[in-house]
Amino acid sequence: MSSRQFAIQFTVNGQSARVEAPPLKRLLDVLREDLGLTGTKEGCGEGECGSCSVRMNGALVNSCLVPILQVEGSVVETVEGLTVDGELHPLQQAFIECGGAQCGICTPGMLVAASHLLSHTPYPTVDEIREGLAGNLCRCTGFIKIFESVISAAAKKGSQAHAR
Amino acid sequence: MTASSNLRTVGTPQLRKEGVDKVLGRAKYIDDLEREGIWYGATVRSTIPRGRILAIHYDARVDWSEFVIVSAGDIPGKNHIQMISADQPCLADGQVNHCDEAIVLIAHPDKRRLPEALAAIYIDYEPLRAVLSIEESETQEEIIWGPHTSEGNIFKQFHLEKGNVDSVWAEAAYIVEGEYRTGAQEHLYIENNGAIAEYDEVTGITVWGSLQCPFYVHKSLMAVFDLPAEKVRVIQVETGGAFGGKEDYPSILAAHAGLLAMKARRPIKIVYDRMEDLAATTKRHPSRTRHRTAIDKNGKLLAMEIDIATDGGAYATLSSTVLSRATLHSTGPYVCPNIRITSRAWATNTVPCGAFRGFGAPQSIFAIERHMEQVALAVGLDSDEIRRRNFLHDGDTTATEQVMVEPVILDTLLDRALEVSDFHARQSEFARLNPLSPVKRGIGLAAFYHGSGFTGSGERYLNSLAGIDVTTDNKVRVLVSSTEFGQGTNTILTQIAAEALGIGYEDVIMAPCDTGIVPNSGPTVASRTSMVVGKLIERAGRQLVTGLRQDAGLLDNYSTQDFFTSCLRYRELHGKVESLCRYEAPPNIYWDDQHYRGEAYPAFAWAVYVAEVAVDTTTYSAEVTNFHTVQEVGRVLNPTLAAGQIEGGVAQGIGYALYEKVLYNNGHMLNNQMTNYIMPTAQDVPSISVHFEEIPFAHGAFGAKGIGELPHDGPAPAILNAIQNAINQSFTSIPLLPEDIFIRVTSDAHEQEQITV
Ligand code: FES
Ligand code: FES
Repeated sequence: MSSRQFAIQFTVNGQSARVEAPPLKRLLDVLREDLGLTGTKEGCGEGECGSCSVRMNGALVNSCLVPILQVEGSVVETVEGLTVDGELHPLQQAFIECGGAQCGICTPGMLVAASHLLSHTPYPTVDEIREGLAGNLCRCTGFIKIFESVISAAAKKGSQAHAR
Repeated sequence: MTASSNLRTVGTPQLRKEGVDKVLGRAKYIDDLEREGIWYGATVRSTIPRGRILAIHYDARVDWSEFVIVSAGDIPGKNHIQMISADQPCLADGQVNHCDEAIVLIAHPDKRRLPEALAAIYIDYEPLRAVLSIEESETQEEIIWGPHTSEGNIFKQFHLEKGNVDSVWAEAAYIVEGEYRTGAQEHLYIENNGAIAEYDEVTGITVWGSLQCPFYVHKSLMAVFDLPAEKVRVIQVETGGAFGGKEDYPSILAAHAGLLAMKARRPIKIVYDRMEDLAATTKRHPSRTRHRTAIDKNGKLLAMEIDIATDGGAYATLSSTVLSRATLHSTGPYVCPNIRITSRAWATNTVPCGAFRGFGAPQSIFAIERHMEQVALAVGLDSDEIRRRNFLHDGDTTATEQVMVEPVILDTLLDRALEVSDFHARQSEFARLNPLSPVKRGIGLAAFYHGSGFTGSGERYLNSLAGIDVTTDNKVRVLVSSTEFGQGTNTILTQIAAEALGIGYEDVIMAPCDTGIVPNSGPTVASRTSMVVGKLIERAGRQLVTGLRQDAGLLDNYSTQDFFTSCLRYRELHGKVESLCRYEAPPNIYWDDQHYRGEAYPAFAWAVYVAEVAVDTTTYSAEVTNFHTVQEVGRVLNPTLAAGQIEGGVAQGIGYALYEKVLYNNGHMLNNQMTNYIMPTAQDVPSISVHFEEIPFAHGAFGAKGIGELPHDGPAPAILNAIQNAINQSFTSIPLLPEDIFIRVTSDAHEQEQITV
């Protein structure tokens, strides 16, 4: 891999970020190493587990598969950007209340994927949740409490909370 | 004793103690931590399953002066990882005994330079004949472990006799035989193994890691570095799943990071990527279990002859204790007057097998619960009826002659399971509809127990110490080495402390899990934390309240404020407010390690699980469509967390039964990626109903018994029983993949089950 550094500018959680990085450096590593946003996790590095899930320009992506040069000018949202004015996002609250997080390592990616789901499907059925989270593996919960968390968050807050 | 009706915190769904940090993404796992001047470590591993190391070459095109390199010769103490025996080297010295065994360690400040350097280290071997299966090991033609006698290749063996097995075959109305196999299984915690180490001439070695058992790592590091206890410190950081997979392996990884740190004189981080973690770390023991069973004309068990063989891999690690649990769970929850069990753990040249949720029990329970289904068919009884006629009851004895003194409510659990699953109605419905559809549906059940805590005298040897203290800013801290890795240790133990002290859940915190701060409350394994460690916390709490009453004027009906005021007074008198308790065995517990007789476990958790499946006879795929669990685990301390344990365990059990296959090629794991080692996803897990019956156990914390492992024991046999119900084919091996169903169904009738009736 070329070690030549490129200057790349993008927006993370509403703030503009500028990094110097080799063009093929993974977005995951830039977030974690260059920007100190360690909420986004690596579980497999090959697009299978979803623990590195972030939203990029409104799409759900595995940040381990995105070279940073593709991120130029993009809008990226990570788990650290879910809270609103220091308040837990309804999904974060629901994951705590319903037991949606056990070891917590899948949780950031799961929350981002769930918020993405609610952004286009505010009141998902269990089948829609299964489909929306199919790219995110959790080895602890058996997913049941994650489904309950998403349903509870959707019910509590209605669609307006997920306009973001 | 607090009256059960007055419990305020225990039994309520308190929110996970570290939940907020986890949902905010600010909980720090090992790979989230950095240190000033840190270097990154990597491992050169063997590419052959067995052979002598002749030479290690370092390609001159790499500037090795930039790297730190460690091999066996750099180890200051003993080159072994201290587990039950000391046979496993920290770094291979002269010989390798499995693929992916660590030989050389390297470190560099830029982790992106490590892959090319690893690829520039070549090892010359003289290959030796490798033993790669239980059957090959059993021939003892090649001895790869132990003495060159009939004991060769055997890590451990047990022989149990109850009654007189040989006397009853002649009078049996039925004799049923079967052989059952289970495969290796990967834990697949989503966070890979990782550690950070620092070495200092004066203070010694400090390791932070993703791990289950800080004091195991501590003990192992003392030997590798030849350091006294006070110069070794192990700190568990937030751990992203473990399931047994971080019970023994972290001792190796911690030593590796420590050796590099000592030589580099800098902090070292080693975090495996997924491929390395899958290839190099432990798996569940593969097993083969043979049953021969005599039954009378009423369907009562007369004799059980059971032979168990497990594949332990290249080193002994935990194979002896896994085998012990497999042995003690092999008869299922049944009473039988005549029992013979022989069991052996065999050495093979594969990556050592280790602890995995259930610890030998899922293997044995798969065998007995599949076998009971064949017994039912032979006798002509329903799945539930054959079990009901043979269930253990109060006063009955197990294979080790342990008398069931605590209430056994298997009949109730079975009734409830039949009711919540509508078992018989569903069975008839499926029988009626199956001929009309290419998708065949079926329902099956499994009944089982899981012994809570260490086996036999294990808890007495552990001699755990745990307790609480009170800080100057009025927080009660729980002092344990028991670790949180998702199961809820932090939450449960703080609930117990709050309850025992009569203060709020929010007034109690966990002390950092640091061997320099907390006492050794034993490893976080064996479903022992709630029951055993929890009990120590409960006792420590009551002891402190008594002390405060006696010395510091605490009155009845105190408020939280009164409590802390009284603590202040106590501190003035005694210098600190601390209460520690040491393990005490429940009375009348007797265990004979020699003959494997007596109270194998202080308590058992009991369960009946029901699976519904759909087998598509055009694609040959089997899917679990519904799942019901009914269990008795003593007092449920936190209903949300308890249900989460059951659901998560069932999902892993479904993977064990239908998805997760470890493929080996010449001893190397072939599918060491998440793309080809497949676990159940959100789309594969059915709805799972969870029902608890609660019978408080006097010697567990507020009545709790073990819960964590139980749910992994039952799904596999329940699912294969359901598949048998759906397509009338008896499969005896897991994982059961679509290709296995295809082969069986298409090769048709003469492939009938090897049941002799
Ligand atoms: S780390 Fe990106 S999908 Fe697993
Ligand atoms: S909570 Fe542990 S992997 Fe999901």
